[in-house]
Amino acid sequence: MKYAILVYESETDVSRRTDDEHKATYWGAFQAYSQALADAGVIAGGAALHPSHAATTIRLLNGQRQVQDGPYADTKEQLGGFFVVDVPDLDAALGWAARCPAAADGAVEVRPVLPMVEG
Amino acid sequence: MSAADARRAAELAARNSYGRLVAYLAVRSHDVAAAEDALGDAFLAALKTWPNRGVPDQPEAWLLVAARRRLLDGARQAKVKTSAAHTLKLITVGAQAEAALEVVFPDERLKLLFICAHPAIDAAIRTPLMLQTVLGFKAAQIASAFLVAPTTISQRLVRAKAKIRDAGIGFELPDAQELPTRLDAVLAAIYAAYSNGWENVAGADPRRKGLAQEAIWLARLCVQLMPDAAEARGLLALMLHCEARRGARRTAQGAYVPLSEQDVGLWSQPLLDEAEHELAQAAKLHQLGRFQLEAAIQSTHAQRALTGRTDWQTLALLYEGLIQQSPTLGALVGHAAAIAEAKGVEPGLALLEALPSEAVSSYQPYWALSAHLLRRLGRQALARQAYTRAIGLAEDPAIRAFLVGQAASAEAGLA
Repeated sequence: MKYAILVYESETDVSRRTDDEHKATYWGAFQAYSQALADAGVIAGGAALHPSHAATTIRLLNGQRQVQDGPYADTKEQLGGFFVVDVPDLDAALGWAARCPAAADGAVEVRPVLPMVEG
Repeated sequence: MSAADARRAAELAARNSYGRLVAYLAVRSHDVAAAEDALGDAFLAALKTWPNRGVPDQPEAWLLVAARRRLLDGARQAKVKTSAAHTLKLITVGAQAEAALEVVFPDERLKLLFICAHPAIDAAIRTPLMLQTVLGFKAAQIASAFLVAPTTISQRLVRAKAKIRDAGIGFELPDAQELPTRLDAVLAAIYAAYSNGWENVAGADPRRKGLAQEAIWLARLCVQLMPDAAEARGLLALMLHCEARRGARRTAQGAYVPLSEQDVGLWSQPLLDEAEHELAQAAKLHQLGRFQLEAAIQSTHAQRALTGRTDWQTLALLYEGLIQQSPTLGALVGHAAAIAEAKGVEPGLALLEALPSEAVSSYQPYWALSAHLLRRLGRQALARQAYTRAIGLAEDPAIRAFLVGQAASAEAGLA
């Protein structure tokens, strides 16, 4: 069964991606984590996202496009990326989510992926 | 008396006696879920009644009488014959014992522990079941500790209790023949609770630190109720040894400190003394087992406080014994680490490499030790891969940070 592991990070965490003191640790931890997912044969997709200031949100209101600068929800932690894992059950997915580096500082949400309906 | 005072008195009674009350009621009604519900109702009734009439002299006895009345009311409405029959027994026993009960009621928690560890109960739910029934943990707390979704754990607990009731699992202590296997399951479940609280270091999550305390409490209870069970004492000794080091496992800044580098002055002497005492008592009973061997391993590490060195030869022998008793991955990796120190890095690494790759692919301690040994052999490329794997599999941020530092210093060619 497939689960999305959604990685929410605070602004401090996101800033660690680029500051010289922390970036090696930050990227090292995430690379090691995705490597571990790959080595265990459970990874089924995923992506890292640019910080939320790069986001643009769009809505159609009465057929009119409304474009807003910034993320959909203005929360303390923002979606920083996601992994899709293919594991037997939720417990296994939670086990992998707990190892995600963001689990210690931000938050990690686990959601079952709806299967694609064919035809 | 105010409602707040009544609440405080009820909470105190709950903390001190929840498990004893549930155990007493469950053993007599043969229905854990009904016993818990009845006790829950009794606590609600207490919160309503006590502010007006004052807290009774024997709050536990009051709760017990109220809960039993609930159980009887429930049974009158119940259609299931067997459970009604058990409840009838409750009435007769109850009527005779009512007077005596107000002073003291028998401690049936051990029976409840044994029921929770019955082979008919799914092994994965035994520890959560104990934590809920004997210690009164809530499903959400258990879910956090065991990393399972709260609704899932609630469903599993409900299912396990229905199984106890419907399958007619006996509410007596198992007979002498079966006792050792069942005791193993009880101890394994207690140890699972402890490890869970132990891995969450430095009290980052106080609830899980509490789990370690509760596990020690359960082990003490087992020792108290079964003083001749050597493995119960072994388990208690093991947990006390680990607990004694809690203060030394992290620096003030929260950084991970490996056992070999811990400041022995930070180890708790009273806990170490108690651990040694339990282990010595266990040894007198001449029933060697897994927990006594694990406690002996920790005891050997603890000797460093006296001798200033670690006796790796003895550790290697103890791990060999442990593997014979219980060949877990943890024991096999521990053995390899001891051999690497006692006989040389290469034979240690050879032991690691002999382990089936499927079994170790997601076992973090394996990769951490591999990285450490490969680095000492100067096999940089393989060490780098192993460090990456160990970092990726680490859950504890302090251990992750420690390994990232180790990997970086390995790259820089530092010893």
